[in-house]
Formats: sequence, C-alpha cells, structure tokens
Amino acid sequence: MKPAAFEYHAPKTIAEAVALLAEVAPDDGRILAGGQSLVPTMAFRLARPAHLVDINGVDGLDRLYLDGNELSIGACVRHAAFHRPVVDGRLGLLLSSIVRHIAHYPIRQRGTFCGSLAQADPASEWCLTAVTLDGTMTAKSVRGSRTIGAQDFIEGIMTTALADDELLTEARLPIPPDDTRFGFCEFNRIAGGFAVAMVLAAYGLKDGVITRPRLGVGGVEERPRRIPEAEQALEGRSPGAQAFRAASAAAAGAVDPMEDINTSADYRRDLVATLTLRALESAWS
Amino acid sequence: MAADKTAYLGRSVERLEDPPLVTGAARFVADISFPGQLHMRVVRSSYAHGEIISIDTSEARLMPGVVAVWTAEDIADIGPVDFRADRAAEGLKPYRQPVLAKGRVRYVGDPVAAVFAEDPYLAEDAAESVVIEVEELPVIVSADDPPGEFAAGRGTEAAVMHHSYGDIDAAFANAERVIALDLRTGRHSGVPMETRGAIGRYDAAKDMLELHGAAKVPHRNQETLVRMLGRDPSRVHVHECHVGGGFGVRGELYPEDILVLVAAMRLGRPVKWIEDRQEHLMCANQGREQHHLARVAVDAEGRILGIDDEFFHDQGGYVRTHGSNVANRTMCTITGPYRVPAFRAVCHFRLTNKTPCATYRAPGRYESTFVRERLMDAIATELGIDPIEVRKRNLIAADEMPYTIAFDEPHVSDMVLDSGDYAGLLDKAAAAFGWEALRVELDRRRADGELVGAGIGMFVEEGGRGPTDGARIAVDANGDVEVITGGASLGQGFETTMAQICAEALGVDYRRVRVIHGHTDLIPYGIGAHATRATVMTGSAVNVAALMVREIAIDAAAEMLQTPADELDINDGTVVRRDGPTGPSVTLGEIARRLAPGAAGPGQGDPGQGNPGLAAEGFFTTKDTVFPYGVHLAVVRIDRGTGQVAVERFMVAYDVGRAVNPMMIEGQLVGGCIQGLGGALYEEFVYDEEGQPMAVTLADYLVPSLREAPDIEVLITEDAPSPLNPLGLKSAGEGGINGVGAAIAGAIGDAIGDPGAVRRLPLTPGRVRDLLRQADAASPGTP
Ligand SMILES: Cc1cc2nc3c(=O)[nH]c(=O)nc-3n(C[C@H](O)[C@H](O)[C@H](O)COP(=O)(O)OP(=O)(O)OC[C@H]3O[C@@H](n4cnc5c(N)ncnc54)[C@H](O)[C@@H]3O)c2cc1C
Repeated sequence: MKPAAFEYHAPKTIAEAVALLAEVAPDDGRILAGGQSLVPTMAFRLARPAHLVDINGVDGLDRLYLDGNELSIGACVRHAAFHRPVVDGRLGLLLSSIVRHIAHYPIRQRGTFCGSLAQADPASEWCLTAVTLDGTMTAKSVRGSRTIGAQDFIEGIMTTALADDELLTEARLPIPPDDTRFGFCEFNRIAGGFAVAMVLAAYGLKDGVITRPRLGVGGVEERPRRIPEAEQALEGRSPGAQAFRAASAAAAGAVDPMEDINTSADYRRDLVATLTLRALESAWS
Repeated sequence: MAADKTAYLGRSVERLEDPPLVTGAARFVADISFPGQLHMRVVRSSYAHGEIISIDTSEARLMPGVVAVWTAEDIADIGPVDFRADRAAEGLKPYRQPVLAKGRVRYVGDPVAAVFAEDPYLAEDAAESVVIEVEELPVIVSADDPPGEFAAGRGTEAAVMHHSYGDIDAAFANAERVIALDLRTGRHSGVPMETRGAIGRYDAAKDMLELHGAAKVPHRNQETLVRMLGRDPSRVHVHECHVGGGFGVRGELYPEDILVLVAAMRLGRPVKWIEDRQEHLMCANQGREQHHLARVAVDAEGRILGIDDEFFHDQGGYVRTHGSNVANRTMCTITGPYRVPAFRAVCHFRLTNKTPCATYRAPGRYESTFVRERLMDAIATELGIDPIEVRKRNLIAADEMPYTIAFDEPHVSDMVLDSGDYAGLLDKAAAAFGWEALRVELDRRRADGELVGAGIGMFVEEGGRGPTDGARIAVDANGDVEVITGGASLGQGFETTMAQICAEALGVDYRRVRVIHGHTDLIPYGIGAHATRATVMTGSAVNVAALMVREIAIDAAAEMLQTPADELDINDGTVVRRDGPTGPSVTLGEIARRLAPGAAGPGQGDPGQGNPGLAAEGFFTTKDTVFPYGVHLAVVRIDRGTGQVAVERFMVAYDVGRAVNPMMIEGQLVGGCIQGLGGALYEEFVYDEEGQPMAVTLADYLVPSLREAPDIEVLITEDAPSPLNPLGLKSAGEGGINGVGAAIAGAIGDAIGDPGAVRRLPLTPGRVRDLLRQADAASPGTP
C-alpha cells in the first residue's frame, strides 16, 4: 500500500495550474485536491499517475460565496465547509444535512466538493445533489473555459466530461425558490460508509399542490439521475401518502439498479421505494 | 489511596499501561527500526488455486535498492510453518503452510515470493514486477462442496472427527419430538487496529536471532522457531512491543515471521515487514465459517434427550499453527450449560481455496453457541414453551457441580465444569433486564406494527487451561517491585491485573509494581495471553510468588524488629506490628537491602551468602480448565423498509468467579460484545465463485464502530468462584462475544414473528429483508 513514484507539482495560480496540467496530462498527470479518493487508489496502485498537480495552494480556489442567485463552490472548498449552513434558507440546511453522510469527520476536513464531482463515484452525495438541483460546472484549460450542466458532466461510473487537461475550478448550485422543500434520505450499512442507495427530493407548493418536483436517485445506477416518472407522479398532486406512494412505486419501477455480491438489484430497487417515500415525507414534515 | 491490604483485588483501579498509550509514547512494531534494516514485501498469489508454472523475478532483482528476491527454492531447507507443540496433529501435517508456496498456490494472498529492498516503496515496486505464471485448478469455495484434491493422492477433507457419548440412537428413538436445523455461521475474524508486523534481527557477534513484534504467545512461538530453524533455545528470542489488539489472530506464527528471521540471518541485515490492511484482510487468520446440520431430540416437556450434529468446517487453504483446535472446541462446547444425556458430533474438517482459518476470540464457541441456542429457541417454539423456561428445564443445576462430560473417544479429554449456578445467573440477568415487562412491551409494540424482538444466548466459556505458569518477583532497594512473567499484553490490562494480584498478596501499592512480559530472554517459560488464561494461570503464579516474597520479608523483619513473625503484617510496603501500626517498622526496601547479596544478613551482621535478595519464583499448576458462564440478552428493531437491524439494548451477564478489576472486565465484555455484533450483523469475508476475496478493504469488510454500538449493559457476578485456584479466578476475555450471534439471531426471529427463521449469520440487511419477505409470504395479511 505504497504508491508508485510520481512527480509532484504545486502551482500557485489557476493559470499555472492549467499550464502544468496541459503539459503533464498526456503523461498521465492528474489534479490532486483533497486526496481522499485519489491517494487511496494510488496506495492500492489502482492509479499510478506520473505527475500530480496539487491545487491546494492555488490562489482563490477555496472561495465559497453567493453570486447573485447561485452558490459558487471553489475547487478547494472542503466537505467540512458545509457542516454549518453556508447560505440562509432551506438550501443551506439541506447541504449541511447531506454532508454528514459523506465519509467521516477527518475525511471531510480534506475531501472537496469539486473533487467528489470529478471523481464521479455513483454513490457520491454531491453528485446526486448537483444533478438533482441542476448545478453547473466550470472547466478551465489552456484552451479556454466552458460550463457544463451536472447531468452532462457525470457520464458514468467514475467518468466525467472533463478532458484530461481541464481543471474543474468551481461548481455552482442555483438557489431554489424560497418555498422549496427538501428531503434527503440515504441508506448505508455503517456510519461513514458509501451509500447503498439515496434519494433527494425537492418540490414547491402552489395552491396546495406539488409544483416543480425533483426526484434524484443516487448509488443505484451508474450515475445519479432524476426520475421523470416519479416527478410526474407528484406534479400537481396534493402532498401526502397517496402521491408519495405513487412516486415511490414509479421511482422503483424506473430504475435499473446495479448489482454486487452483497446487494442484489432487487434489494436496491426495494431501497429506492423506501427511500423515495421517506425523502418525500421528510420534505413534507 | 487506601493502603488497606485488601484494597487491590476486586477494585476498579486505573490501568498502569495507559499513560504511554494515551500520550503517544507507546511503541508498536512499526515504530521500531534498526540501523541498516531492509524492508520486505511479499508477492502473493492472485489465483485461488493453481499449479505454479514459473516465477520470473529477473526484472525485480535488477531494480534499484533491491537486495534479494526469494521464492520457495531459495529457502528449500526451511519446512512449513509448524503447529504449536500442544496442537501437534500428525494427520494434519501435510496440510501445513509452506513459508513460500511450493508447486501450488491455494488461496488468493498465498505468499509466493519475497522482495527485500532498501525501503518499503522500492520493495513494493519490485514486488509488482514479479511475474507468476499459474495454471488454474478447480476452486473449492465451500466446505459443502464435495472434497477435491489438496495434493497428489491427498484429499481436501483433512479429517473427519467424532465426539460422542451416551446412546444417541436410543435418544432419538424415544423422542417425543425431533427438531432438525440447517445453520451457518459466516466467515469473519479479528481486525485489530494494529496490523501484523515483524522485524527479524541477527546479531552475529552474539549469534543471537531476534524476532520483534511478537504477541500473544511469545514462548510457544519461540519453541516452534527453535524447532523450525534448528537453533538452540538460547539463541532465538522473541520480543513483544506495544500491541494494538490481538483477538487470537495477531501473534500466531505466519510465513512472514519466518521470512524476516531467515532473511535477517542470510542477508546479514535486520529485516522489517509491516502488514498493510489489505494483506491483513487477505492473509491473517480468518474463522467461524461452519455449516451445521443439527438435530435435537426432546421429550414432551422440552427436555433434551440428545443432540446429533454433523458439520462442515471451512478451514481455508492450509492448516495453521492451531491444527484443528477450532473444530475441536466447537464439538466440546455444543452442549454448553445444558444437561444433554446423549451426544454425537461429526466434523468434516475441510480445506477450501480461501484464506486459512484459526482461532478468533471464543473460537468454536461463538459457533457452537449459535447452533445450540437456535436449537433451544426451536424447542421453545415447537412445544410452545417460554424461551427462558425451556432453558431452565435443561440447565445443569448448581448442586450437580462439578459436572463431568466424558466423551467416548479416548483422545478427547473430559470437560469438567468446575462450578456454576447457571439458572441463578439466568434469573439475575432476566431480572436486571426487566425481561417480563419487556416481553409485554414488545408485544404491544409489535401489535402497533413495529418489528421488535428479544433474544437469548446462554453459554459456558472456558479458560485458564494449564498446565503450568510461573512468575519471578523481586523487591529492589527502593521498595519497588518487579514481576517478571512470560505473559503477553494485547491491550487487555495484563500489567494492571498482575500488579493488583501482586499488590494484594504482598501488601504494597499496585502502582509500585512493574510487570514485565513478552520477552523470552528474561524468563524461560510463559503461557502468553491466549484462550483467556493469563489471569488464571499467570495471575495464580504471581499470587504464589508474591506470597513467598511476603514470607521472606516477614521472616527477615521478625529478626530485624525482634518480633514474632505472626505478629507482623505488611501494609503499603512497610512491615508493621499487627496490633499497632505506630510501633517499630521496617520498609520492604530496607529488608531488600539487608537481603541483597553481599549485604549483612538479617540479625547476625554477617555478609549474606548466596542470598537472592528479597525475591522469589513461584509456580501454579493445574490440569483442569475453569468454566465461567454467561447470558446475553438482546432487543432489536428491524427497519421494514430496508432490512437494517438496530440493536436497541444488549446485556452481557457473566459470572467471572472472582473479579480482579471490574472496570477492566467490563471493558473486555463490552469490547467483545461489539465485536460479536460485527459477526452477527456486519462482518463477512465474502468470496466469489473463483475464490476471489471480495472484502479486502474496510469499505467492504464492515467493522462496527461506536456509531453502530448500543450501550452494552453489563452484569458481572461472582457467584461461582473456581475451586481450582486459590483466588477463585475464572476468565473474562471471551464472555462478551460468545453469545452475541445467538442472542441477535433469536431477537430477529422474535421480531419477525418466526423464532426459527434465522439460520445464518451475519444478518445483513439484504438477508433480513429476504426473511421478512418469506414471513410475509407465509402469513399474508400482515402489514
Ligand atoms: C473512508 C472513506 C469514505 C468515503 N465516503 C464517502 C461517501 O460516503 N460519499 C462520498 O461522496 N465520498 C466519500 N469518500 C470520498 C471523499 O468524499 C473524497 O473526498 C471525494 O470523493 C474526492 O474529493 P477529493 O478532494 O478528496 O479529491 P481527490 O482524491 O484529490 O481527487 C479525486 C479525483 O478527482 C480529480 N480531481 C479532484 N479535484 C479536481 C478538480 N478540481 N479538477 C479536476 N479534477 C479533479 C483527481 O485528479 C482525482 O482523479 C470517502 C472517502 C474515504 C477515504
């Protein structure tokens, strides 16, 4: 469990970082953020980058701020930054309840929000959050800068739309309307473990009925996604057991769950039903 | 602190070993380095079973910093890792593990080559470049599968073992009911915080070979090394460092221990090996995996007439230092605390292509208790008897003690249950837990739709097996006491326990007692710390030696103070008159100075001749085993939507004979209990059909943490001191874990409303959900 040899680079500015990355990317150069996914994989020698471009010393990447109607999360903002609400209102509360499901306290002190997106683990809470809330990602390289929507950004198990020479400089989450209710529910076997399945639900209420429903499922398929069938089952319905059950059944029916030696697809599907119901109930209560 | 002479035994005094541990001054094996040391990396098989066609080490040998790369050929003169002398089993010898695989690899992780390099990174680089070509052979992943070939002409069923007594056929012929269960315990093991580690060092000037990083059984391991390496006993010594947990797994001899020693001699430099977590989860001893086909014959009142059990023990790729001990312990303890007139057990001891197995805390007993208590619950259900009542009807009574279980097989020693009031403990535990009220409460909650239930695991533990241990005690000129033992400390509080026993017997403050352990060069014998025997064996020897020192001190003081010995007492390190502590007195330090070699002898003013000082060596010998016993009670709640089990309450009630330090016993029981929850609910070494281990990181092998652990309620009783040693000591190390699987299984069955439903551990959420579905299918209309 000792990594293979690599060359270490510590740029100070974004321009330096992307220049370095452009240079070393063809030679398997990688960004090092919190290291909480990359370093263990290197220790197992499942990854053996020849170069690491450490962005922890890069100016300005640790910024977390409200920019108009969007929350901007810089590449070096740690999970732990969300332990307390970072914005007023329900979004801040939601993020601080979600973050507690990510790993353990020491890991949250180093691991980053953007690193989770770049890692694109199917069971990443932040990937599910970004996808469900329509977050956007900013990728920079010597070739320029582009913005990518979360659903397009996450392409599959640990694959993203980022090119080898691109640095994810920030992620943005739109601030949802004030009346938006959230419910998040995750199942894992032990505290700090990766989710076996999780659901994030959000909706508003207009004239007593559900409006703008969003229902995202993570840890179940190769990437998190919203489930339109479940959202349709909620739209325009009055919140309560009947609508929630219908959405729960629709979500369970719509997913195509992954399977592993400990978890059958069937069981994951059951979990989606349970968690959808609970997420919707918790948003309502 | 009170200096009363009875102040130390039975008190929850603070642990002597804690200051270095909590200040970070402790030194574990990874903290130890010797100048010029090399680092070893083991190249392991990635196949579960195959013929080795070739091993290409040529690239590795040329890499920078690499000093040597070995395969089996390079150590052809070294035999397989031997059994401990007390576990010798001729028939199993062909199944021992070679230090490096010869001809075949038999599990994923089997050591095939070893790289020695200047630093651990280079060693790992080089290890990666070793190419092993293997022709795959059929893989056996379950002891249920038909046996295959271990080696030419030798099957994988290494033994079929029998234990029996009474007329089993008559018992079943006369039974009112016969209940048969098919039961499985999952493969899991101890996962100490500190992984294994070993440093071999050869001092050519003194012709001395040293193994650093030993644990658990230093003297037993020294004996084996002497045999394996053909060295004089005085020329190979093992040394313990601080040890971060053992649980039976850590401290046995493994191939890596042999490799570092042989390499230290042949390469002329110290060789260090520190196991990584992945290696630990692939290579250290695993355990528990058994499949039982158990039958019980009962009369109309639920009294047991006979138990007949055929089981399949999954031993993994080789037989390690313990031989077939785990299977033997299973067979000896199936009947547990109950009166079972006729008994038969047949064990198919089979090798598979998985990591080898050996002892893990409560070896064989966690398994047998699960089987036995499942049978008890099944009897209760079938006959409609309350689960506590059915146990009471079958428990061996206090007035039947000592109770002998004699097996037909001449080579199987009798079990002589030394003392116990089993029903008394069950009553106390049930009362303390509020069992009656709890049943009512659970009925109400179930009626409200909750999935809640309670379960019981009752068992007899065993420990303190002899034959002999000793201790040397010396008081120095300052009055400080040194106790030299051949014991071992795995974090369990060995030093404090020994210091308390010594302090009590001698009459000194326990904080002035320094306890030495884990160094074979300081004392030529020692029983180590395994099978919960340290307190009983070493503790009793310390008691004997301390009483001898006490007598020497009092005799000397009698002359010095011109007072009859029977009028003297030792109080807080000072010899005083019994009737008036204000009278003339002399400290133990003063006596030690008087008794020192060359000093003036007591009374006469002549120089003492050949006097060892204020010191003695004492021994304790027993041919018997002590049998503490316990009751585990659990309450669980199942989340119907996920199958997740929450343990709402858990009680460990345990009769320890005599509690030396109740706080530390509680620590042992609570820690063991949480480990037991691991095996009951979370931990499992899963393998796929190719024999690939699927749980080689702690992300896949789920060890419960504080967050999963309920508050464990502990009830320690001292109702049945052992008649077999002067202090009445029994043992405490394994009573917290023994009955956990059983109690949790019972509680889950109760919650589901089908007490017999649980047939298999661990009860992962997926499996619990399957049980729920079965139960729903069986009784449609339930919520
Ligand atoms: C025991 C344990 C439990 C965990 N449990 C969870 C959990 O429950 N949920 C969860 O979501 N995560 C979990 N994690 C992972 C953790 O959240 C990581 O911190 C996160 O996945 C990666 O963030 P990082 O900053 O550590 O990235 P790193 O490990 O530094 O990098 C990860 C990958 O992303 C790339 N990368 C990182 N930042 C950028 C960037 N700005 N631009 C381009 N590429 C980049 C790296 O090159 C690398 O390939 C766990 C980790 C551990 C060790």
